[in-house]
Amino acid sequence: MDNATLKERILELVPNAEYQENKQFPTFIIPPDKMHDLALKLKQEADLAFDFLFCLTAVDRIEFFEVVYHLESTQLKHQLELKVRTANRENVAVDTVCDVWRTAEFHEREAYDLMGITFNNHPDLRRIFLDENWKGHPLRKDYVDEVNIIER
Amino acid sequence: MKEVINPPVRNIEDEEYHINIGPQHPSTHGVLRMVVSIQGETVKSLKPHCGYIHRGIEKMCEKDTYQQIIHLTDRMDYLSAHINNHVVCLLVERALEVAVPERVQYIRTIVDELTRIASHQLWWGCFGMDMGGQTCLLYGMRDREKIMDIFEESFGSRLLHSYYTPGGLMGDIHPNFQKRVKEFITYFRKKIHDYDNILTGNVIMQERTKGVGILTKEEAIDYGVTGPIGRASGFSCDVRKYHPYGVYDKVDFKEILGTQGDTFSRYMMRMHEMRESMKILEQLIDNIPAGDYSAKMKAVIKLPAGEYYQRVEAARGELGVYVVSDGNKTPYRMKFRSSSFSNLSALDHMSRGFKIADLIAIGGSLDYVIPDIDR
Repeated sequence: MDNATLKERILELVPNAEYQENKQFPTFIIPPDKMHDLALKLKQEADLAFDFLFCLTAVDRIEFFEVVYHLESTQLKHQLELKVRTANRENVAVDTVCDVWRTAEFHEREAYDLMGITFNNHPDLRRIFLDENWKGHPLRKDYVDEVNIIER
Repeated sequence: MKEVINPPVRNIEDEEYHINIGPQHPSTHGVLRMVVSIQGETVKSLKPHCGYIHRGIEKMCEKDTYQQIIHLTDRMDYLSAHINNHVVCLLVERALEVAVPERVQYIRTIVDELTRIASHQLWWGCFGMDMGGQTCLLYGMRDREKIMDIFEESFGSRLLHSYYTPGGLMGDIHPNFQKRVKEFITYFRKKIHDYDNILTGNVIMQERTKGVGILTKEEAIDYGVTGPIGRASGFSCDVRKYHPYGVYDKVDFKEILGTQGDTFSRYMMRMHEMRESMKILEQLIDNIPAGDYSAKMKAVIKLPAGEYYQRVEAARGELGVYVVSDGNKTPYRMKFRSSSFSNLSALDHMSRGFKIADLIAIGGSLDYVIPDIDR
């Protein structure tokens, strides 16, 4: 499917999705409450067939956080980038997609550990790299660690 | 007389209990702890505990320039250091729309393939040792040494080279480079037969690996398992074929797919890959065009504001890098999608229902590099 058709198709599924100009992938900002339904449709519908989630990450945008999903269809070879924005820095819950793509389980745990995004309905949301008693989430821009981070 | 109290009779077969494999255990190939829930000898479930060598590379990248980041990427998957360098270089070059000299692309492709062979040689040795064959490790190390020598002569170091820079290479290849690579191919074409004779055809090894740790194609895609492991399950995921970089679109090589998805199939994939890599080397080594070893780059690299994603095929699978730039000389956010991290997530599913000894074989066939998981 070419990018123009893909754009129409996504806007048909989620009418209030916001299209973002990006040279590489067609990019959409999806409202948080629509993400899980869209994920199911993206995987199941035959003309979309996005079965491979090759990257999931989170970005600190100061006013809010952004969870970024990179998707590819292994049969149709088209790619897609989706973003979900949290309301603010305090309410950081996003629905999990690890029931749709199981690879998300580890990636969401990483996003929780390092960026502090909580994923609703995640089966095992624990820190993955850092100690359970660790305070704060290091990849946040306001994270302060006077001992281990040297400011230059 | 004291009354003898007999302890209650325990049926160990029915009891489920937990054992720790690692963090310091030869079969984890690094510092990885696996909490395995077992019943008798059978694995019921497995929980990997990572992070023992988490260094916060992504956070460090936010303070470093793109030239400095190259040196950090070496330290993720140290066995495919060049390929890790490549992904950052490609990303910077694409963002700045720099045309890289053809000579650079040829050399990078050759060095990437040498790295892949060296990585698979070490894997073969370690896998053999996991299966109880000490000889394999010595053979694998011996042949990998030949590649390390070639690297040392041209790039000045053996493991962490940081040879690629955005726009080109640190320096030109040594005059002996082509000769020595050709000597290596002749040498290794003979030696890889020994590999087959020692391990591939070994009955014990085949008994222990065939039908063990099965991952179907759908599961491989679902878990994001790529590289030789994904291809062993029939998941056609070679980035070199689908999103070519370097000169992979100019060379003739096959993406070999397996059908079984078991440990033996994963073993065979890497054996085939070493042969395919030698085929690529043979096509390129005599045709390196003359020219500069680097494009003209500014001393301070600033990527235009925006988001970039670059994928390459590392020795263990797909390596991706996602960069959010705000136009400064350091990235705003840098994320590495490492192959071992996704591959490890499937280990629990693959090892369920098999014995502990099988778990070691499955782990060996996954070929995870712990610094790549933890970053």
